[in-house]
Amino acid sequence: MSALTVTGLCKSFGGLHVTTDVSLNVEPGERRLIIGPNGAGKTTLFNLITGELTPDSGSIQLFGQDITGVPSRRRAHLGMARTYQIITLFARDTILHNVTLALLGLSPARWNPLIDLRRQGHFVEHAQAALERVGLAHIANRPLSQTSYGERRRVEIAMALTQNPKVLLLDEPFAGLSIDERRDVQQLLLAIPRDVTIVMIEHNMDVALEFAERITLLHFGEVIVEGNRAEVVADPRTREVYLGH
Amino acid sequence: MSARPFAIAVAFVALATLPHWMPGIYYVNVASQILFYAVFALGLNVLVGYAGLVSLGHAGLFGVTAYAAGYMLQLGFGHPLAILAALVIGVASMAIYAALSLRSTGIGFIMITLALGEILWGLAYRWISLTGGDNGLSVKTRPEPFGFSLSDANTFYYATLVIFLLSLAAAMVFVRSPLGAALMGTRDQPRRMNALGYHVWAIRFCACLFSGLLTAVSGILFVYYTQFISPQTLALTSSAEVLLMVISGGAGTLLGPIVGAGLVVVVKTVVSGFIERWNFLLGAIFVAIVILMPEGLVPGTARLWRLAWRKREPGPGAIKGGAGAKP
Repeated sequence: MSALTVTGLCKSFGGLHVTTDVSLNVEPGERRLIIGPNGAGKTTLFNLITGELTPDSGSIQLFGQDITGVPSRRRAHLGMARTYQIITLFARDTILHNVTLALLGLSPARWNPLIDLRRQGHFVEHAQAALERVGLAHIANRPLSQTSYGERRRVEIAMALTQNPKVLLLDEPFAGLSIDERRDVQQLLLAIPRDVTIVMIEHNMDVALEFAERITLLHFGEVIVEGNRAEVVADPRTREVYLGH
Repeated sequence: MSARPFAIAVAFVALATLPHWMPGIYYVNVASQILFYAVFALGLNVLVGYAGLVSLGHAGLFGVTAYAAGYMLQLGFGHPLAILAALVIGVASMAIYAALSLRSTGIGFIMITLALGEILWGLAYRWISLTGGDNGLSVKTRPEPFGFSLSDANTFYYATLVIFLLSLAAAMVFVRSPLGAALMGTRDQPRRMNALGYHVWAIRFCACLFSGLLTAVSGILFVYYTQFISPQTLALTSSAEVLLMVISGGAGTLLGPIVGAGLVVVVKTVVSGFIERWNFLLGAIFVAIVILMPEGLVPGTARLWRLAWRKREPGPGAIKGGAGAKP
């Protein structure tokens, strides 16, 4: 059974076809890279997969279960987590609180209006452990507004990982990072166990090609090329639309 | 003893002994007003401060509760039943408000709550058989819980104080709870909260119900205090007034709405006895707050205090700030 199956997905904004008949099949444990020039519809595809946008037609299956009509928030409970290209975090709160919110999102305790959240030791421990994993444990209590861009990227990843997703969608996790930070994030992603399936959008080919086993090239909302690393890089269409002549 | 628990202890003692040191009954009554308006402002603050949803129709809910209590009493029901029915009607009205207005946020939310508030005002004004129209409804007696007659200003003050402290405690527990944290999350990043698995609409709906409960509680205290309710209570100016309490004191803080309620009530009742154009004064104060402390009196004062402290003694101030930030 595939981890994620997308069949004939279409989405238009007015007359603009952003996603045109996209079909994907991602196997469990796979590392899939989605590339494509600006405006190819990569982030829109993510938004359709996570349910933030509703497709005009087509279907999405998560481990064989049809989730096309399932609301976005339920998909998180079914094991789907994502990070955002434009960092979407809680700037007023500490790093720890950001991760705690991610943990709380899947816990029934999120409806409890009577207990003190800061006294819930297991949340704090789990959040701390997730920050340990991304190397931010030492600044867990720092307000997010006082962190660097690279640290925020790692907070994004920590929040996604702490939800123990089966499918993890990473939208340009290396965007805007320095070479050192990029290496840190790369190490972090390589350390994610194989029971997590990863789909990643990335422009930075050096790090991305190394990471991915299969690559899908999108262009004007359509899948142009799909295959393993060598096939896609060697394909003349990839050179034409993406890598340059 | 550090500054915060000391200040809380002083405030508590001052409130508990207030009828003994206030110069007269009049000022005890002003204090009662401040306390029930503070409960109202705390209720609105749940939405404005913690949910990021600005309501301009809360006076409608406040008034509906007051009318419900007044009407029940007029029909001859006892105080406990009238209070219970008024609370249920107040919260149910909020549920209807929420179901209609949570379809949008931002300006849309403001406009829908404004319209709903105006509808309730119109009903209070025109549905004369129920509300008495312009003549309003009178409430003949105040309740006598546990044999204490609330018709006396001091006992009414103490009853209001107890309810105020319970409401404040409820708000404090809510804000620190997971649901409170989730609510603030939906205020700051609704999209992210949705992706993290939260039901943003339902969280906001819960917040509305809690806000409605506090509003209803204050509406009941109001109607027993004035022993009279007229359409004026539901007017847009009343909604704006309580919103100003929240914003001037500091939205999203627990102390802010209380300070804001104190400011507005004191200017409206006490200062208006000395200055005929008290509306002008209130306006000037708000303009000053917006310019000098846009975040509100409570957070603004805290900021200035920290600034002054640091300037005077840079060494110890810095250490204190660091130690204070840790727990």
